[in-house]
Amino acid sequence: MQIDKLEQSLRPAEREKPPYPAKYITMANGQKLVVHQAVREDVPVLLEAVRPLIGVAKDFYDIVAARLYAELLGWYRFRVKDEYCLVGTIDGEIVGIVNGREVNADVGMSYHTMAIRQGLRIGAQLFAAKMEYHLDFLGEQEVWIVAESPNGFKRWMIEYELEARPQTWHELGGVPTYVLTQALWQKHKGAKCGGRRPVSDELLQTARQMILPQTYAQLPGWRR
Amino acid sequence: MREVGIVGVGHTKFGKSGVPFGHLLSLAAVEALDDAGIIPGEGHGVDQVIVASMGAGMINRQHGVASALVDSLNLRPAMAETVENGPASGASAVKLAFMAIASGMADVALVVGGEMMRVVSGWEATDFVATMLHPEAEYNYGLTLPALAGMFTRLCMEKYGIAETDLARVAVKNHANAMHNPVAHIQLVPDLAAITTDEDALIINPYVAEPLHVYDVCPVSDGSAALVLCALDIAARFKHKPIKIAGIGQATDTHAVAERAVPTDLLAVRLAAAKAYAMAGLQPEDVDVAELHDAFAILEIVEAEEVGFFPRGQGHLAVRSGATEIGGKIPINTSGGLKAKGHPLGATGVSQLVELTRQLRGEAGGRQVVGAKTGLAVNFGGFGNNVVATILTKGEE
Repeated sequence: MQIDKLEQSLRPAEREKPPYPAKYITMANGQKLVVHQAVREDVPVLLEAVRPLIGVAKDFYDIVAARLYAELLGWYRFRVKDEYCLVGTIDGEIVGIVNGREVNADVGMSYHTMAIRQGLRIGAQLFAAKMEYHLDFLGEQEVWIVAESPNGFKRWMIEYELEARPQTWHELGGVPTYVLTQALWQKHKGAKCGGRRPVSDELLQTARQMILPQTYAQLPGWRR
Repeated sequence: MREVGIVGVGHTKFGKSGVPFGHLLSLAAVEALDDAGIIPGEGHGVDQVIVASMGAGMINRQHGVASALVDSLNLRPAMAETVENGPASGASAVKLAFMAIASGMADVALVVGGEMMRVVSGWEATDFVATMLHPEAEYNYGLTLPALAGMFTRLCMEKYGIAETDLARVAVKNHANAMHNPVAHIQLVPDLAAITTDEDALIINPYVAEPLHVYDVCPVSDGSAALVLCALDIAARFKHKPIKIAGIGQATDTHAVAERAVPTDLLAVRLAAAKAYAMAGLQPEDVDVAELHDAFAILEIVEAEEVGFFPRGQGHLAVRSGATEIGGKIPINTSGGLKAKGHPLGATGVSQLVELTRQLRGEAGGRQVVGAKTGLAVNFGGFGNNVVATILTKGEE
């Protein structure tokens, strides 16, 4: 067998998924956060956005960044099945990334939520967008979620009153699994999930520029 | 009674601390000692050290922090005490240091206020703060400070016509001031429409305790602040000209808020300020800059009325007119206030006086009130059941 064919055989069969329609949210400082779905070709720039944070131990940025990097690379190189990625941008600059995977028609697997820009609750909005994709657009019945940082636990497990299901094995490993069910989503989404559609062409074009952050608050003194 | 002044200030960046609590206290202390020109060690000359903290024992599992600080700073054998008076611990500590010097028991005192609250979750921090409420009449029923503030705000809104946007205006102003303060916890200016009227306003600025939104409430912060006080008759020893502590007033009110005759009044603020004015021989109109305890936005509005800057029921109109902005009639919370600079409980009262000292020295940079000669601080304990007001004045040039 030729190497190329062998490599092709390693690629998972992808299921066609409905797209996530882009939306924008006016943040507290008046700036517009645009959330749109990344395509596979966007991954190299996303990896560059994540890479500097792999060395930041504070608030578990290192483990989240390292795993998100690997997950995105796995998607780019066709080694993860049915993965997706949503990107948050402000004025075209990447300010946050979330990703996950569709396990089957009923179950979603939440991977990671990374707020690159801090102080605007961007992570909270992107997490809500991710849940919106799973439960409203993909039509799943529940999403399996773990938290790798105490901040994540406070934001997701406590604020969404997630159902503890430690016997369920999450793909990220042994961290206890919690579940956002449709019932919990319907209870909380009105207060948690913002955003307006459609996004104007101009705003969406700017968002799709995906400009790399030049500085990171998590890395004082660092410049790209 | 000897006159007392401030000759040294120190302040850490408020927010989330990356160092242990004792180290956090020492950072501000060393900066203040250095600012005064005091070198720790033999012959340091510091007679008294007072540390203000509300939660060191409960949150950080540390008692006797003043004794520990004296040793770690090499200030032995200075007298040392730790003071706890809720969120007014800082100003209480300054008052006690003032008394030690004024009485002649000490010539020089170091006051350090500090708190490290972000080691616990927001819920635990809220519960910890609530332990200062009446244990049987309030705490046992699940009351918290945000809950009391929410009810107080609602009463004031109904009585005086204050709108939710008036509260948000206080936040926008204080956040804008904090942009000029490098030690402020939050460096972000909210957009008034985005947090009040935009379609997603309730998502990005949700209710905490209706009618209070996230942006009407101070953050939970770590941080420390420090002052060096001395008798004015020895002030020439130090690097800076002293800023005089011209007046201090303190007053208490009922522990249970429901027992107050007029629930929209902050009587202890009024009485504490009146005492401070009387001691200083000054009037509200003499004040050029003020730091008021805006743990909740409504408090800045009502305190501004109770200290005599505006008639009762008109504080929110003053906010609307811009009178409380830098450049306005009476700039309030030029530091960013508790709202944006942050509120590490024990540090707050000290931090307010650090800001006023910088204002009166002319060292406040982009937030400087031009020509400021007199400053007033209000440090608010409990839900107004123990309040300390302090007036600082600049000496003649």
